[in-house]
Amino acid sequence: MKKTGAQIIWESLMRQGVSTVFGYPGGAILPAYDAMTQFPIRHVLVRHEQGATHMADGFARATGQVGVAVATSGPGATNMVTGIATAMLDSSPIVCITGQVGSKLIGSDAFQETDITGVTLPITKHNYLVTRAEDVAPTIREAFHVAASGRPGPVLIDITKDAQQSSCEFDWEAAEVKLRGYRPDHRPAPADFQKAVALIREAKRPLILAGRGIIQSGATEQVIAFSEATQTPIAMTLLGLGGIPASHPMNLGMMGMHGEAWVNTAIQEADLLLAFGMRFDDRVTGNLKTYALNAKKIHIEIDPAEVNKNVHVDVALVGDLREVLTDLLPLAPKSEHPEWLGRITELKGDSAVRDIQNLPDNGHLYAAHVINDLWRETDGNAVVVTDVGQHQMWEAQYYKHNTPRSLITSGGLGTMGFALPAAIGAKIARPDAEVWVVVGDGGFQMTMCELATVVQENLDINVAIINNGYLGMVRQWQEFFYEKRYAATPLVNPNFAKLAEAFGLTGITVTKRSEVVPTVKAARNHRGGVVIDFQVEQEDSVYPMVPAGADLQAMIRRPSPIVETAADA
Amino acid sequence: MLHTLVVYVEDKPGVLNRVASLFRRRAFNIDSLTVGHTETAGVSRMTIVCDCDPANARRVEANIYKLVDVLRVDDITEHPSVERELAMIKVTATHETRAQIIQLADVFRARVIDVSEDSLIVEITGSGDKSEKLLDVLKPYGVLEVARTGRIAMARGPRLAERLADRFAGEETSEEQTGVSYSV
Repeated sequence: MKKTGAQIIWESLMRQGVSTVFGYPGGAILPAYDAMTQFPIRHVLVRHEQGATHMADGFARATGQVGVAVATSGPGATNMVTGIATAMLDSSPIVCITGQVGSKLIGSDAFQETDITGVTLPITKHNYLVTRAEDVAPTIREAFHVAASGRPGPVLIDITKDAQQSSCEFDWEAAEVKLRGYRPDHRPAPADFQKAVALIREAKRPLILAGRGIIQSGATEQVIAFSEATQTPIAMTLLGLGGIPASHPMNLGMMGMHGEAWVNTAIQEADLLLAFGMRFDDRVTGNLKTYALNAKKIHIEIDPAEVNKNVHVDVALVGDLREVLTDLLPLAPKSEHPEWLGRITELKGDSAVRDIQNLPDNGHLYAAHVINDLWRETDGNAVVVTDVGQHQMWEAQYYKHNTPRSLITSGGLGTMGFALPAAIGAKIARPDAEVWVVVGDGGFQMTMCELATVVQENLDINVAIINNGYLGMVRQWQEFFYEKRYAATPLVNPNFAKLAEAFGLTGITVTKRSEVVPTVKAARNHRGGVVIDFQVEQEDSVYPMVPAGADLQAMIRRPSPIVETAADA
Repeated sequence: MLHTLVVYVEDKPGVLNRVASLFRRRAFNIDSLTVGHTETAGVSRMTIVCDCDPANARRVEANIYKLVDVLRVDDITEHPSVERELAMIKVTATHETRAQIIQLADVFRARVIDVSEDSLIVEITGSGDKSEKLLDVLKPYGVLEVARTGRIAMARGPRLAERLADRFAGEETSEEQTGVSYSV
């Protein structure tokens, strides 16, 4: 049957199982929008195209399914760049569809023309320029396959206006994926398994480093089984959180720049690191020259290009984590490491990171209080979507995630403004989940226009603004490394509660610790979005902290007791 | 050290850009890059020479293989192979020096492909080394222009793919089983 390219876009998306897209119309994508009304697809009208990509990303992270964002050419497409790069760095499967000027006009600097495939070349897993209606269906099929398979990532499809307008035969069967060069299905060689088993057998102080690969591959069960059988404790990356229940006795907590002190020390003392679906990012290794020098390393990783990139490993098992572990588990020797586990308990006892929770209520509201109370009130069952900065690290430290995909956060790119739109995507993907946004006062103002989307889509999302009147993490760096010269970090903020009311949401301001729990309770019982402005201690810092590029064991620890700030005087 | 990679890619618009962009983005150094058609329609062959240590060469290989349009990557640095480069050198030639230059070209088995009143164009095919040496001896006469194709390379013996698979014959794993076709 003959269909227009525009119709084929929606027909193909539906056959890929897409029910919702996030987008913003414009001239070059108008034929597609016009055809959209013929299809039972939910279109979420965003307020800025960056939001559309974050929503698609949040949708993908909440479910593991491909999220879809749509925009027009030129500025519509370039506004997507930050969201695409965010998805790229965290291996999130999204497909972005952009309109492009007519194929005859390409290269002429036509109105709203941008070479978006050129712009996004280094920040997409793959991208396409489609100039004929015949190519629309095969390209969309291929794009979904590429986005979701292997190490997932963003794919962009740029479709010219004439490709949308012209017609051709629609044949879905003929549009099957034919990618002869793309083979994401790596399997390790048996000999490599034997090498890994030998290292595991010899290890006295083994440690698992668990990353986002656990969640992507659905390997929670396998990692726990491996950890229990070999009595190997587990350290988590930021993006791994939730992949192993925080309550599991072998789960030590987060590693890295703001990781737990005992975890970083354990990494430095380990004699075997088992890196499961993580990529030795500089935020978890610190100085590579002094990183885990005592340890042999086994790297289980789906992307061969990550092997030996930052850290030289002794054995690499390239493949899907769940499959590799399923094969490795029967070979791994059962073992016990009472001394090593005892040593970690000893290290843990030495830590002061939790002190802030146990402080008497002196009238000050600390961000850690807010996160801790939020965790208790929601029984740790909420999907928490964070932005980037201090609040993100406090969330990672104080909110105990027990299920995969319950923490959604921008790790690799560290994109401020991510939280609110990503939460919209997550809520739409999982309408039954309780979704909380935890966001700083700085990042919130980058994409707060999407509150209108929350209202328009009638979404039940609660927003906790951790408002300290500063770009807090930058301020912290200025405090530690730039002699407290607070250049361009103090913020003059709007009244967030009133702002929420103006959007048609409920706004509440909280300044005392005693108000936190009642307010969280009220927000949970309220139908419709609630924005809570938690006005917290202004000059609090995230501890411990490994300064960028410093040795992992060189952590700045929380001064004990907490140093009172000028506001006390 | 210099690594020679043979890369088979889909003959599609923009593929060269994807490969070149990868080198720039990952800060790998390209020494030379050539591309042309192959024995198979729709498949192009690139020879990429890059300057890096063996560990980085592996990363280059893995990163190139990640590109969706790349069919196959082989690092043939350690393989017996033939490497050729073509260079054209325009050199100043006077009445007195012309014969000397032609003689030098002969020694290098280079050919004179153009003669004009005050210059000659010499064509040389061989390893990059050979062109360098000819250039050195022509420099005193006054080299006006140099155009070089960059290196193309081919492993000796049977087809590269089969040859590489043979290397695993002694072990229980074949290249297909490991599924790591970019690597040897």
